[in-house]
Parts: sequence; structure tokens; C-alpha cells
Amino acid sequence: MSSAVYDENGKIKLTSMVKTSGCAAKLPPEKLHCVIDNLPVMSSENLIEGFESADDALVYRVDGDTVSVQTVDFFPPMVDDPYVFGQVAAANALSDVYAMGGTPAVAMNLMCFPSCLELSVMKEILKGGMDKVGEAGAVIAGGHTIEDPTPKYGLCVTGFMKEKDVWSNKGARVGDAVVLTKALGCGIINTAVKAEMADEESFNACVASMTRLNKEARNLAVNYCIHAATDVTGFSLAGHSSEVSEASGVTIRIRTQDLPVLPSALEYARLGLLPAGRYTNEDYLFGKVRFSASVTQEMRDLVFDPQTSGGLLLFMDKKEAEDYVRRYSEITGLDCCRIIGECTKKEDILIDFS
Amino acid sequence: MKEIDCFGLSCPIPVVNTKKAIKDNPEGLDVLVDNVAAKENVSRFGKAMGYNVEVTEMDGGWRISLRK
Repeated sequence: MSSAVYDENGKIKLTSMVKTSGCAAKLPPEKLHCVIDNLPVMSSENLIEGFESADDALVYRVDGDTVSVQTVDFFPPMVDDPYVFGQVAAANALSDVYAMGGTPAVAMNLMCFPSCLELSVMKEILKGGMDKVGEAGAVIAGGHTIEDPTPKYGLCVTGFMKEKDVWSNKGARVGDAVVLTKALGCGIINTAVKAEMADEESFNACVASMTRLNKEARNLAVNYCIHAATDVTGFSLAGHSSEVSEASGVTIRIRTQDLPVLPSALEYARLGLLPAGRYTNEDYLFGKVRFSASVTQEMRDLVFDPQTSGGLLLFMDKKEAEDYVRRYSEITGLDCCRIIGECTKKEDILIDFS
Repeated sequence: MKEIDCFGLSCPIPVVNTKKAIKDNPEGLDVLVDNVAAKENVSRFGKAMGYNVEVTEMDGGWRISLRK
């Protein structure tokens, strides 16, 4: 058994076994497109949302107006504790169904597990996933496990809903307010944790955010007229916003001073504790985003920071958005849900940060 | 001038190694890196610590010079 995998107290350090972690491990979008753009697009009359729309999950018509929403998501650990890792990976996978306006019904485990680790570690990861799936009101029905030197875990999730209730990323309208339901900065904080430079407050806030389901955010949002929605994960706030602005034909204006930020994330950014994905996200969006001179370097880092199990990004009328944010904070007791900007007429850029 | 080789290391290890090395070399040092994220992050760390930072290209990567 590798001793580097355990700390001086014999506690497992899962992140010591990985190079990239969480959603920061996503293949950079330009590499992904370079491959899938050169493969034929398969189609079916029942496939409503597939590859090409860059949506969070596929939508497939099951019967009449009932559709299934399916997604798969897995990654290497971004936290050392196996139980917490299981929770984060599950919350992240379940989020794709919430981001389509659905509720998860059934899930399957995907596990890659190193032969050098004790099986009790796998049990803890699965327990974390199971608890989150239970909290979501869904069930786990099987899965698949392989041996792999780098641990990875995630879920394949399916939900069912009415076709008319599906939120896509192409309905945002000029005048819509943009609502973000979780604070940003977990990629930065996870990097600071890996460097052993993060304080306890920021670590705890980051873990609480990553393990929180987007269930309340979705359940509240179905009471409003949502024009478009997605969730913020590995491609960062800038990347996922740009998918909506591109699909919807609008320019999104984001006020960086209104962004919810996890504690100390901006300070860690100043110290250069930034994940590699922060730079690939910026490269990918070169020429598509604009920054006012007043936006600080740390705020730029934040908008390109790859998020793991990030919040929902919702587009709706301004009055509705104000009401949504107020009720979200009443229900959850949290102040991380904010109106961060609005949609304007399409310009030559996708996102304008001021 | 002290030099530390961070070739082949991914973030945040180059920043961690730089932080350790400037403890014994407060007057400055050179850090060798081979990827963009490490180049940016070590430069940012150097500036945040109050150093003048100069980046020069070298075979397969960059030399980052931190000076008081």
C-alpha cells in the first residue's frame, strides 16, 4: 500500500492520487469539439436534445409528451475524504437533471478504484453517493466498477418529465435577468487545499457548496417562467454563460461586483493558486468575452474558474428574478443566490463583464 | 542565484515549491516551468510576494526570475 496516500494520522488522502480533480478534469472544450465535430451526428425522431445543443443532458421522448432526461458525470476526487467525495460527485451528476428542470428518478454508479486502496474507502465513496441520491428522492440501481490507478466516481442519472417543462439553454431573451444560485471559487479553493494553503473556513464553505444539491434551486424555479437554464461546472461561469448566449442569440452582461464568492477565493487567486482549467477556459473563449478595465485580475480568475457541482444559472424576467432570489434566501437561509446580470441585444461578443 | 526545476509538475506544486524555496532565498530565485498554468501561477505568486517578475522563454518552457 502506498504510504503517500495516507497522512501522518493514517487518514486517506484521495487527492494525492490524482493530477486533475473534480470538473477541472474535464477535457478542454476545444479538444472535445475537435473530435466530436468530425463524427457524424446520430439522430432519432424521439431525440429532442442531443450532442449538438451543448445542453446539460439528453432529452428523449419516451411516450406521448413524457420525456426522459439522461446524463452521466464522473471525475477524480477534489477532496481527501471518501464520503465527501462521493457526495460531491453525486450532487454534481444529479445537477444536470435539475438544470433541465427535471427531478432525478434513477441512478447508476460509475466507479474506478485503485487496487492499492482498502475496500472500506470504496464503501465510503458509494455511501456518500447513495446518501445524496436518497436526498434527491431517487434510487441507485446498480453500476459498474473497474480497477484503475486513479480513483474516479460519478453517476449516470435519469429523470422523467413533460416535454413542455424542459429548460434548454436556448430560450434566454433580451431583458432577462441572470440568476446564479451558488457562490463561485471552488476550483480555486480546491487548488489552495491541494497546496495546503487553504484555511478551514474557506474549505468548509467550499465543501458545503459542492455537496449541496440543486434540488431547492430547481424546485423553487418551477414556480417561475424560466426561459433558459444550465448549471455552472467545469467550463466556468464564463463558459457556461457563453453556451446560453450563443444558443439564445443574446449578449449577456455580468456585473462582477454582484457575483457571489466563496470566502478567501479571491485572495488565493491573487497568490496564483489557480487550476490549469482556469487558463484553458479563458483560451477557449478568446475573442468571445469582453472585460471592462475596472474588472480586477482576481475577478477574471473567478469567472474562468472551473466549478465542481456549481449552481444553476437561470434566465427569467427581472421582476420574477427578484422574487426568486428573495424566496431562495428565505427557504435556504443562504445568501449565495444573486442576480448577476442581464441579457441584451446580440453583439459581436457573447459575454460582457463589468 | 538559486534555481528550482518545476518541469513536469502540475499546479499547484510549482507554487508550493517556490513558496518553500523563497524561505531560504528571500533575495530571489529562478523557477523553471514547462506549462502555461505553472508559468502564470508562479508569476502571480511572485508578484503577490512583492518580487519583480521576469519571464524568459527557454527550451521546452520558461524561466521565471523573481528579484527584490
